[in-house]
Amino acid sequence: MNKTLTCIECPKGCILLVKIQHEKVKEISGNICSKGKAYAVSEIEHPCRMLTSTVCGKGLNLRMIPVKTNAPIPKSDIFKAMKEIKKLKIRKSVCAGDIIVRNFLGLKGINLVVARSCSRI
Amino acid sequence: MIKQRELVIVGGGPAGMAAALSAYKNGVKDILILERDEYLGGILNQCIHPGFGIDYFKEILTGPEYARRFINKLEQVPRIEVSLRSFVVDLTKDKVLTFLKPGSFNRIKAKALIMATGCREKTREMVHIPGTRPAGIFSAGLAQKMINIEGLIPGKKVVIVGSGDIGLIMARRFVLEGAQVKAVIEIQKQSQGLLRNVVQCVQDYNIPFFCQHKISKIHGNSRVEKVSVVKVDKNFKTVANTEFEIECDSILISVGLIPENELIEMAGVKIDKNTNTPVYKGLNKTSIKGLFVCGNSYKVYDIVDSVSSDSEKAGQSAAEYLKRGKK
Ligand SMILES: Cc1cc2nc3c(=O)[nH]c(=O)nc-3n(C[C@H](O)[C@H](O)[C@H](O)COP(=O)(O)OP(=O)(O)OC[C@H]3O[C@@H](n4cnc5c(N)ncnc54)[C@H](O)[C@@H]3O)c2cc1C
Repeated sequence: MNKTLTCIECPKGCILLVKIQHEKVKEISGNICSKGKAYAVSEIEHPCRMLTSTVCGKGLNLRMIPVKTNAPIPKSDIFKAMKEIKKLKIRKSVCAGDIIVRNFLGLKGINLVVARSCSRI
Repeated sequence: MIKQRELVIVGGGPAGMAAALSAYKNGVKDILILERDEYLGGILNQCIHPGFGIDYFKEILTGPEYARRFINKLEQVPRIEVSLRSFVVDLTKDKVLTFLKPGSFNRIKAKALIMATGCREKTREMVHIPGTRPAGIFSAGLAQKMINIEGLIPGKKVVIVGSGDIGLIMARRFVLEGAQVKAVIEIQKQSQGLLRNVVQCVQDYNIPFFCQHKISKIHGNSRVEKVSVVKVDKNFKTVANTEFEIECDSILISVGLIPENELIEMAGVKIDKNTNTPVYKGLNKTSIKGLFVCGNSYKVYDIVDSVSSDSEKAGQSAAEYLKRGKK
């Protein structure tokens, strides 16, 4: 089976032609860089997305603190992840890169990290 | 006596920051950045999605992270003075700037000036959508600021007009926040935003996407209640008997950006009235010598990485201009 995908790794948006056999990627063309290859395999075999959102701050100079997963998470976990994020509150100063939840959703190696530093007021 | 500075930069977004750093590298030692907001970073602070920095840093960053890289560099250069909450309200052809800072009214003269004031969003009025004028109509970037900075969700059932990147990104953001995005409506044949955003923001969440359609009427008295939508042909003429209605409580307008250039126009710089950009030969240059424009106020950029690299050239041009003046 052949499938066309739009690579979402960067704003170039390469159109990828993917040959699929037994739900596995056999051949990829149309990508400019190696990220496109990896994306096509992941998209066909286990689709994942980066998740970014905001966490409520209390007593900080920012009302909302942007957060992100340190790597893409399974697409099917996105709404579960949003539910968890909504329960969180940040009350102390944090720096961009700080981990606020380790092994987020029980996913090994996936951490929820702060994307913008903020401080107590 | 008006105080004089070597180089003044208006706007502390990615363009202003890159221009400042590059001017410093090229030998300018007296630099002042005037930023009206409480923070550096400009529009990047509200762009919490990933997709920044692939060209410039070879990494995928969120907007705030991209901004942070430049803020860190600036903090290491004490010779670059940053003045926050400083709103420039007047500019003359001799590069005299007037700015307001809480509690003070200030005037300075710049030997060289770089304007990096970014863009503003086009409004409902600029695309002519008929109907009532209820509450619940927002520009997409304003909604983005409300959600990502203020933590307020402006609506529960949303229709998005226009498929620019901001609208597409906000479609996903609303869905993640638990709102329903009823439709994205685009008058052109194709999305006006990047393909990757159509895939990951609209298709991923099964949001109905109507190309070659437009809103023919907004309904509602105090709050938006519904919109009428109609198909258009390739000349944007309404196709008869294609009208349908969508119930909603909010409408986001995402129909593009306009460079913010009223200050330089005030100073007498020649401006193209269609694009609202300076008319002159050469990147970042204007009809006034020593007055440069960079970033989204020079032209609307899709990607911040190119804003940073082009703005570095503005810093370099300003440095060269100042050197020539000294000889
Ligand atoms: C919603 C959205 C999504 C985007 N997504 C992406 C993406 O995924 N990837 C990507 O690479 N790019 C993206 N971009 C584009 C990128 O963010 C912009 O190109 C870039 O931020 C423009 O930088 P700038 O410094 O020119 O303008 P801005 O960031 O707008 O900064 C202008 C600054 O000038 C200040 N200012 C204006 N007027 C005055 C005044 N009179 N006095 C004092 N200060 C003033 C403002 O407060 C602001 O801080 C996106 C843009 C938007 C809006």
